[in-house]
Amino acid sequence: MKYLDEFSDPDVAKKLIDRIHAATTQKWALMEVCGGQTHSIIRHGIDQLLPDSVEMIHGPGCPVCVTPLEAIDRALAIAARPGVIFCSFGDMLRVPGSSRDLFSVRSAGGDVRVVYSPLDALKIARDNPDREVVFFGIGFETTAPANAMTVYQAQRLGVRNFSLLVSHVLVPPAIAAIMESSTCRVQAFLAAGHVCSVMGTAEYPPLARKYKVPIVVTGFEPLDILEGVRRTVVQLEEGRYEVENAYPRAVREEGNVPAMEMLADVFEVTDRTWRGIGAIPRSGWRLSEKYRAFDAEQRFEVTDIRTAESSLCRSGEVLQGLIKPHLCEAFGKECTPRNPLGATMVSSEGACAAYYTHRRLELVDAK
Amino acid sequence: MCLAVPGRVLSTAEVDGTVMAEVDFGGVHKEVCLQYIPDVTVGEYVIVHVGFAIQRLDERSALNTLADFERLGILAEEFGDGLERAAQQSTSPEGAVR
Ligand code: SF4
Repeated sequence: MKYLDEFSDPDVAKKLIDRIHAATTQKWALMEVCGGQTHSIIRHGIDQLLPDSVEMIHGPGCPVCVTPLEAIDRALAIAARPGVIFCSFGDMLRVPGSSRDLFSVRSAGGDVRVVYSPLDALKIARDNPDREVVFFGIGFETTAPANAMTVYQAQRLGVRNFSLLVSHVLVPPAIAAIMESSTCRVQAFLAAGHVCSVMGTAEYPPLARKYKVPIVVTGFEPLDILEGVRRTVVQLEEGRYEVENAYPRAVREEGNVPAMEMLADVFEVTDRTWRGIGAIPRSGWRLSEKYRAFDAEQRFEVTDIRTAESSLCRSGEVLQGLIKPHLCEAFGKECTPRNPLGATMVSSEGACAAYYTHRRLELVDAK
Repeated sequence: MCLAVPGRVLSTAEVDGTVMAEVDFGGVHKEVCLQYIPDVTVGEYVIVHVGFAIQRLDERSALNTLADFERLGILAEEFGDGLERAAQQSTSPEGAVR
């Protein structure tokens, strides 16, 4: 157990691992939904500490990875316009569009800025009234309240030169899509803790019942993940399929009510294409009618976009848990974090990047 | 970017009609919007994601998490210069991921 000494509390980790081993009598396939969890699992070798019969399938929970290519290409088109200040989280800069990325738009003279929070972008807009300031609003339910509040503030303060390029995605419809797929091997889910900090847990019991899958709300620190896996395996072994909260210190059943109210005001549900996966009905948010004036897509008329994905990249299969990253022929060869062919190689929450950073030496040995 | 990090509320103030706070993340101070947990008081811990507090957290869990993040270099990743990181990614010899 080579990684055990890296845990904050190796004794607790050892006990949890022993209990998982003791509870497991057959093969199980678990999917962790959140990219932060994927990163943590690979970084700490959690999958290697589990019984061989417990497989972790890495889910589509990296927002950077699933943001559709059309959205990236729209961002690139807007960012390249004169007079525009394009603001984004840093992770999006290296995400490959059809022909280039935001970083190269910046090198070519585009005003692309990295911000920590969408509120920073709003501030830039107020400081630069003669420029159009656009924020790239991507992410899951965890990030959406920040973007919602920013648009709400822009309207309240009358900041007309601010707009949001929105491409939000939602976890529960993705879980349903994974379970509906004919190639689905997933028998249980570790749900994303911080998504549930915002949304609560009410959306999950119907999914657990319908698909007969245990769903355990799990944090993303190593001990949290072990506890989530333990509870999931116990449910599977006992033939139960319930929603459990293994992350109560950050997740309340009712979620964050003021945030959910704001989300309901600013956004409305829409169909969304997930990069590498395809269209999932009612799986995203866009600005509601009331806030449509702040929609960058309409303000800049960038709807006519033709996209081209790399022909080598198998990130769709990676995102659906059908292959592990190193089985892609391009992994570590044509495709590295320095020169990513697919979005899963960009963000540290992407499965390909996590394998590349923390596993590639042993994977080369094993090949 | 998906990360949410615990921090301690140092002070609160109303800015443009919004409840804002100065929050300490293991030594790094940031402006954070408290509008989603408006009744938080100075000294309490909150979980912060991209500049917004999304839940409260008890002190012991917060300190454990922060110590862990510090050890793993996650705080530097979260609050460091994102642009520099993206630039490094494009030039560093072994393709360093942040
Ligand atoms: S290794 Fe690169 S090319 Fe292969 S699936 Fe991952 S991102 Fe795509």
